[in-house]
Amino acid sequence: MKCRKCGGTAVINMRQHKLALCADHFLEWMPEQCQRFIEKYHMFTPEDRILVAISGGKDSLSLWDILHRLGYQADGLYIGLGIDGGLSYSDESHRLAQQFADERGLKLVVVEVEQTYGATIPELAVISNRGRDKPCSVCGLNKRYIMNRAAYDGGYTVLATGHNLDDEAAVLMQNTMQWQGGYLVRQAPVLEANRPGLARKVKPLCRFYEREMAAYAIVRGIEYIYDECPHAVGSTTIWYKEILNQMEEGRPGAKLQFYLSFLQAKEQGLFAQKADDAELHACDKCGQPTSAPGECSFCRLWDKVRAVKGARVPAEAGMTSKQ
Amino acid sequence: MNVTLIYRNKTYEVPAGMTVRDAIKKVGLQPETVLAVVDGKLITDDTILKEEMKKVKLVAVISGGSPLPCRSATGAGRGGSLL
Repeated sequence: MKCRKCGGTAVINMRQHKLALCADHFLEWMPEQCQRFIEKYHMFTPEDRILVAISGGKDSLSLWDILHRLGYQADGLYIGLGIDGGLSYSDESHRLAQQFADERGLKLVVVEVEQTYGATIPELAVISNRGRDKPCSVCGLNKRYIMNRAAYDGGYTVLATGHNLDDEAAVLMQNTMQWQGGYLVRQAPVLEANRPGLARKVKPLCRFYEREMAAYAIVRGIEYIYDECPHAVGSTTIWYKEILNQMEEGRPGAKLQFYLSFLQAKEQGLFAQKADDAELHACDKCGQPTSAPGECSFCRLWDKVRAVKGARVPAEAGMTSKQ
Repeated sequence: MNVTLIYRNKTYEVPAGMTVRDAIKKVGLQPETVLAVVDGKLITDDTILKEEMKKVKLVAVISGGSPLPCRSATGAGRGGSLL
């Protein structure tokens, strides 16, 4: 297959765009498109200080690479979860994130959950009795809390995550199957910091297929963690991705259309904003926003653990960074 | 006359002369979920497999988990084994 721009040998064929590109033109096309999405959804400008959530995977490292190439001020945030799974998953992802930052002279802010709060994520799941063999829910709670806090406390104007279109479409399908009005109304390329204590969140990769992100990392020579999180195997999200890919196989562009037509329908008022009218208060202990009165779910979770293990107090949360 | 496909820690032998896309389907994977790499370089899925390619690496694109086998091709259910 030939590159549409130069006639050279194509390295990727994006059937949903009827577009095949060679390595050089693909590496040009991705940041151009990303810049288009950043502007279209009013994500940020060159004046913003961006914190990019880095997992060590292809999406987050490629996002950081693209933002860096586009000239944005973007620091990385790596959260050490303490997941081993027989393959030193967290250690290896940290090493790759640090290596990426060092090679480019970028700043990586590191929060190690165990050192900062007193237990690893798998320990936390067992001690709190929330998902003993599947710590995904406590992991998500911790990541959301730490990302928000690191962005807000660090004075960043925006937090960027590497969610791609497949991630967004899978969550959309899951929430649609259960008609989760509150979640549907909040799913968007930009989550405004519309309440005190909340960081502004953006997803600059939300229109790129997962396939394109993997191709970008490979063609660009980015070393990323290839193994999946050992706890993610068999997750519901992956099951929905498989179903969406079956639809994509028969009708190229089906995933993209599903997501984009949802955004359009939402803009036209398909979902009532009142589905998202939860009042937020400051947590009595840490001051972060929470919907429940008193302590937030993060502090309540760690209270349980502290009673068993004597973990540190979240208010002492320290962050390290290496330039 | 065979070409070896490598997917995670598994290998599959497929005959040369078929397209990458057909080979991916033949071994029970979804073409949308893998990228084909020969000698560290990406190739498009309309590429005809040639004997001299010897080894074609199939890189899973789904983060947070391995793509599940295509049920129609293997008869395997969710999380079932490939072969």
